[in-house]
Parts: sequence; C-alpha cells; structure tokens
Amino acid sequence: MKNFSRIGKGEKKIDGLPLATGSLKFTDDFVVKDSLYLALLYSPHAHAEILDIDDTEARKSPGVVEIFHYKNVKPILHTTAGQGFPEPSPYDTVLFDKKVRFVGDKVAMVAAKTKKEAEEALKKIKVDYKILEPLFDPENAMAPDAPKIHSLDCYATIPVTYDPNKNLAAEVDIAFGDLEKGIAEADIVVDEIYHTHYASHCAIEPHSVKTFFDEMGRLVIISSTQVPFHVRRIVSRVCDFPLAKIRVIKPRVGGGFGAKQEVMLEQLAAWATITLKQPATLILSREEVFRSSRTRHPVRTHLKMGVKNSGDITFLEMDTLLNTGAYGTHALTVLSNCGAKVLPLLNKIENLHFLGRSVYTTLPVGGAYRGYGATQGYFALNQHLDILSRKVEIDFIDFVKKHHIREGETSKIFEVLGEGKEGVKQVVKSCKLDECMDWCASAIGWQEKRGKHITHGDKIRGVGAAVAMQGSGIPLIDMGAASMKINEDGSFNLDVGATDIGTGSDTILAQIAGEVLGVRSDKIIVLSSDTDRTPFDVGAYASSTTYISGGAVKKCAEKIREQIFDVAITMKKWDRKNLVLADESVKNKKTGEGVPLSDIAIFALYTQEQFQIQASASHTSPESPPPFLATFVELDVDTRTGKVDLIQAATAVDCGQAINPILVEGQVEGAVVNGLSYALVENFVFSSQGNLINGHFKDYKLFTSVDIPQIKTHIVKSYEETGPFGAKSVAEIGINTPAPAIANAIYDAVGVRLYTLPFTPDKVYTALKRLKTYDY
Amino acid sequence: MKIECTLNGQRKTLDVSSTRRLLDILREDFHLTAVKEGCGEGECGACMVLMDGKAVNACLIPAGNLMGKEIVTPEGFKESPRGKIIEEALIEAGAVQCGFCTPGFVMAIESLLNEHPHPTEENIREGLSGNLCRCTGYQMIFKSVRLAEEKGAGLW
Repeated sequence: MKNFSRIGKGEKKIDGLPLATGSLKFTDDFVVKDSLYLALLYSPHAHAEILDIDDTEARKSPGVVEIFHYKNVKPILHTTAGQGFPEPSPYDTVLFDKKVRFVGDKVAMVAAKTKKEAEEALKKIKVDYKILEPLFDPENAMAPDAPKIHSLDCYATIPVTYDPNKNLAAEVDIAFGDLEKGIAEADIVVDEIYHTHYASHCAIEPHSVKTFFDEMGRLVIISSTQVPFHVRRIVSRVCDFPLAKIRVIKPRVGGGFGAKQEVMLEQLAAWATITLKQPATLILSREEVFRSSRTRHPVRTHLKMGVKNSGDITFLEMDTLLNTGAYGTHALTVLSNCGAKVLPLLNKIENLHFLGRSVYTTLPVGGAYRGYGATQGYFALNQHLDILSRKVEIDFIDFVKKHHIREGETSKIFEVLGEGKEGVKQVVKSCKLDECMDWCASAIGWQEKRGKHITHGDKIRGVGAAVAMQGSGIPLIDMGAASMKINEDGSFNLDVGATDIGTGSDTILAQIAGEVLGVRSDKIIVLSSDTDRTPFDVGAYASSTTYISGGAVKKCAEKIREQIFDVAITMKKWDRKNLVLADESVKNKKTGEGVPLSDIAIFALYTQEQFQIQASASHTSPESPPPFLATFVELDVDTRTGKVDLIQAATAVDCGQAINPILVEGQVEGAVVNGLSYALVENFVFSSQGNLINGHFKDYKLFTSVDIPQIKTHIVKSYEETGPFGAKSVAEIGINTPAPAIANAIYDAVGVRLYTLPFTPDKVYTALKRLKTYDY
Repeated sequence: MKIECTLNGQRKTLDVSSTRRLLDILREDFHLTAVKEGCGEGECGACMVLMDGKAVNACLIPAGNLMGKEIVTPEGFKESPRGKIIEEALIEAGAVQCGFCTPGFVMAIESLLNEHPHPTEENIREGLSGNLCRCTGYQMIFKSVRLAEEKGAGLW
C-alpha cells in the first residue's frame, strides 16, 4: 500500500453542504423566463399505425403555441442511447413516427404557455389508429409470422447483425473449445432457464430539460443528463442544427443509474425552441418516467454447464434472449455484457458457447441500467454455481475459489467479446475476490448457518451467496479529458467533462488532483460537464469515471506539477530531482526549504518569463480492470405465506484503492439495496394489452427505510497498478449479487429453487406447495 | 382566494386558487427550490416541508389548507441550530449523494427528532419511511440521525 495524503480519505463531498441545504440547482430549479411548457401525448396501444392526427381543436385550446407530430416534424433516424460514436445501438427511432410500438410511445407534443394548458390541449388531439397485432412474448419475436415492429429503413451504424425483418435488434455468437467434448467429459450437467424482469431506475429526480437561445443566438440545453457531450451530438443530428451552436450544461443531477444515459427529451425541447424561437421546459411526471422512459432489459438466460465429480467445469453454454422492447437502445451492448462481464469470472472453462439475441417486442424500452447486463447474467450464473457446488458436494465458497479468475490470469472472453465489437486482451492484475468472500462469510456466520435450516415457528432460515465482477470503463472506447490552471492564491481550476450525477465524482477527481499537487480539495475548484467550458468526456456510464476520467485528471495534474517545478527552478535554481509538492508548497527535500504555490503562481503570472501554468490531458485505457464483489445474505422464508424476510446482507468489494471510502461505501450500499428491492418487490405489471398498471411509487413499492435488512459493507485492501492511485471502478457492481444471493439463500432455507424474478410471496408459496416435503 | 399564513417566519398573504398545490406556490411564486418534486403523489418525500412543526408533503397540500398555518421550508430551516446540525450530520455520514432527496430528509429528520429526541431504531426507520432515496441504501441516513441526536443533544 502507498502512503497518500488525500487518497483513501473519507473526505466530505465538495458539494455536500449546498446539496443538503437545497441551494444547488437541479434542472427544474433554473428560472428560464417566458418558457413554453411541453407535454407529450402517448400511445394507448401497444402496436398501431397512426392513420391521421387531427389537432384542429387542440390548436384552439387556450395558451397553445404549437403542436408537433409526424406531419410537421422531420423524421431523422437515430438512437436515443447516449453512447460513443458511432453508437452501437441501431438507428430505429424518429422524433414522431406514423407508428407506435408500445403503450407509452410518443405520438405528439404540445407547446403551450403553461403546463396546465399544455396538458389540457393533449386531451383535444384526435388520433386515428389502425391497431396492429402486438408482440409481447420475446420467445415468439423471431417466428416467421410474428408482427414486424420496425421497418427495413432502420439500420445499424456499425457492422453487426441487425435484422428488423426478424425483429432481431442484436446478435452475439461466440464460441471456443469443443463443446461436444466438454459435454462428453461431464459427470453432471445442469441445464436451467432463468428470467430477470423489467425494473425502473427510480432516480428521485425525473428526467428534466430546459432549452433557450442565449444572447449570441446559441441553443443552450440544461439537462438532467449523464452524457452531456453525447446530448450535444445527438441533438445536432436529430434537429439538423449546427453542433457549434449548441451548449449543453449539466447542473446537479438527481441520480441516474443509467436512466439518464438516454437522450430522449433534449431533442424534443430543442426542436420546440429552434422552431418556435422560444425557451422550452419539459419535465417528466413520475408516471411518464415509469411508462415511457427506459427500463432494465428483461432477459431469459438458458444456462447449461457440466462438471466432473471432482468439481472441474467441463463446458458452459449460455443462450441469452434479451427483450429490448419497442426500440433497440443498448440492445447490443447490454446483451454483450450478459456474457462479457460474467463469463470471464470462470476463466478456466475451455469449452464455451455464448449465444445472445436481442429482440423487439411491443413493450417498454430497455436501456442502460446499473449493472448493464451483468446483473441479468449473474442472476443465472450464481444460481448455477450454487446448484453445481451442491451436486459435487463442495461448499459454494470453495467452488468459486476453485474456478474464479485470479491475478496474473486472463480470459479468452476479454479478447473475443467486447461492446459492439471484439474485445481487448487483458490480464487481471488485481483480484481479491477470495478476501471478499471470506469477509462476508465471517460477517454473516456462514459456517454456523449454511444448511442448518434453523426453524422458528413457520419461518426457516437460510444463507446464500453470490459473486460478481464488472469492468472499469470500456477499453479503447471510453475517453475522458481534464484541464487545469493555477490561480494567484495557489488554488487550481479543474475543468472536467466527467459527469457527477450524485456519485461524488467531482469530489474524487479533486482528491486525485490534490494528491498530485499536495493541496486540499478546497483548493481545487471543480467545473464539470459544460460542453462550452470543459473538455470532452463520454459521460457517467460503464463504471468509467474514476478509472478513465480519474486517469485524465492525474495526468493533467502531473503536467501542472512539472510546470510548477519549472517555475521553482527558475526562482530558486533548485535541482528538479529534489522537488516534491506537499502542504501547498514546492519543497526541496535536500534543503528543507519550500516555496508556497501562491508565490509560484504570482511569479509565473506577474514576475518573470510570464505564463499561465495550465495543462490538459486525455485518457483512454487498453484495458478495463474488473472490480470484484461478494454479497452474502441471511433470510427467513415464511412457509405459511411465502414471504421472504431479509435479516442481513453483507457485501465486500475489491475496487482497488478506494479514493474515498465513504463514497465507495455509499455506492455499494445504494447498489445492494436497489438489488435487494429488485429481487423481492420491484416489477412491471402489465395488463393483457401491454399497459403498465403499476407506474407509480405507491404501486411499484421500491424498498423504503422500513424494508431493508441490516447492511454490512467492507472494502478489501487492493491496489490496481493501472488505475489512478490504484483505483478501479465501484459504481455498478453491487447491484449484480443481491438477487442470486437471495435465490441461493431461499434454496438453503427451504429447498426451493426460484428461477424467475422477483421472488414475491405468491411465487415462493407456490413453489413451496409443489414440494411434498422439504427434500433437501 | 386570499390566504394568510406564515412562510419561513414571515407573515404572507397568498392570493391563489384554493386548489393550487403548496409545492407549486413555494417553487414558482417564492423560488424556494429546495422543495423538490419527485413524484407529485406524496410517495417520495422530496417536497417535504414543515407545517406547524410536522413534516408534510407539499405536493399533497392544497392552498386552501394553509390558512393560519406556519410553513417552514428547507431554506427557512437551514440556518437554524437544528438545521445546521442535521445538514452537517448528513454530510459527515456520507448520506448526501445526488442530494435531490436530501432537503426532504432534513425536514423528516427534524420532525422525527422533534417527536423522538432519542429515537429507537424503529422510530428512525418509521420516521424516514415517507422519504425515498435511491442512492444511499439508507444506512448512512440512519447514521446521520444518530450523529444529529448526539451532536444536537439538548436541541430537541
């Protein structure tokens, strides 16, 4: 372990106080004078053609300024996925189409003087629909007689399999070794089908955008986005408006979790402002967020694995079917990650086949959601590991230890399966998964409780475990940049494209710069995510910010350090090799003398050979070091009602060196609790016509403070040599383990194996009823 | 209709429709934007304010109910000794992530400690059950209540 001054300290968030008092502004808190309010009309049908829209009456409605729909808005194909360019998601979306593809698809938009007037006018728009056959079952999507959801005009912008004629939004097919040999060598084959379900991100701030022209006639977009630079690029394309005339500002963002990696509203508001030359405001209601924004892609995983009696795995065959809903946003990359972030964990498997298909249906649209396919894949894999380890009578922990990837090892998957293209070879340099499992086992009392079926009344206790890895950014795709300059008092401006959506990235980037420059975080003035003012960054996704953007900040600060040394040498004629930065000064190790950074800055700015100490740096990575994590849960199953009561969940993570342990714990706990809630209560309930009937918090019932068990979190000691000060990522990984850990614990308690999420009491009860006796 | 009430310690006469939401009055007329709208259905607590000392969801309160009431928003509470203690406790515990729900939690914690100056764990969980937070997983918010209880001993 290294000795750090700022890294590894639980520094308070630099924006903590103004957030706590509510003085920092989120998108809807900005007052934009004379703004029009936008309201959207949504399809009541799962699949229909729009024969005609009559907006005559609506146009006469008080306050209405304009009504937009397919008749007056240019249809430019694009994807709403806020990804790198060219986006790996198919171009299958236009602003307003003549066809609707799910209940909640947008049909028209009213711009009116007030929100109420806009909403009133919606009711007066007459739409003549020709109802088409819906497609709700992804298993039937590729059948020859299945209704076609998209036209052949849609296309993929990169060379990948995409066939709207088969409702096929993406396909991934990789194999190595000899599967038949692997099957022949197996003493035991386990073949099961797992289902993960729809979920809403539930960021407490709904998607929000405000647009207006500034004094220079440039379009300003204030948006609750995770991807400001992708917003600028996509809006420019969809609105056919020069990129140079667009400025995107990300203010404080009230959570994202992937939901705001989607560019859905910005182009609508921009279109209104550009055509009407007036400011526009578009804020989704909670119901709109549930119904019409983005979700976690439901996935069916057919997993087949073989083991020898010795416990050696002889083959793995994974067939993944991803329901992308009405549009193919993230359909390829989430699909890829169902394998790419999951299968390398078992790197010793020599015979492997991963087949993934993403299909269109007439249901809500999937998207980026924390975990991004790994959540879906690990649900299957961790249960399979539990089943297999029981069959060969090896403890789950030992079974995982026997098979998981280790330091100095690689996986063929890294190489053959990337995001939308081949992957990148990499050797794992840090992996402390054993330590993670051992800590959790001890925290939860694994040895004392596993398989003991401790019974009290109708309740039977069980413990279960799950493990996961993720990545740290997308190798050779993600890029982040930073620029810095010094001020007279020895403070620094740090401008980054990196996008703090509540994660605390502004704080940890300040810590990284402060570590290099020997200053406290309050001497680093962070400006993030303003496309006019900060350098580029792909944005907050793919667990990339700490590793990629942090790498850029470190490089940038190192350049600044050398310039500071240059000035110190000019001032003092010191030898560079004796210089260090500490305590806001340049110090001469040999003589013990020091020059305050403020003196350095004043000398450089005003005194001699004047220049601005400033630098910029960019960072990409040829690898994506995986963080590792284990979650162990303890629960009771009520055999009378089927209700699962969580007792405790212990999670340990190897995220390399934690830049800020408090923020790391916050990321892990938030992800774990979201995962627990996803496993037990969250779900989309549809009517037979595909209408979401629980699109409100009161019916969706995500966990609140009264629902959560005791939560224990631990950061294991680790150091990733390729990361900034040893750091890897941490944002997503914690959501991958709760659901399979719960499934494994339910089995441990009552011998019931649940393959389909969520584990509601009715499902558990029904499964219990099927058991004649508790035969486990 | 004309409604007399107190807002953050000042007497106000509101001239508003009786059905207008307190949330809209606060955000639109007074620019008190620490009061957030997360759902508009009384489920998330992001718009919590104190009405006669009790935490309520401003999205569920029509103007007609405000006559003679004393309303305190996070803006009116933040400089008070109790406000500062709660805010500092939330920050120190790491309970502020995106911060969208935080001002509402400040109101809920004030209401909780007002009722239970030394809350049990159950009191804390119950007292915060009207506020949703998707970022933290609640642990750090629980911890912040304990910190506030300790550092603000005697204030409640």
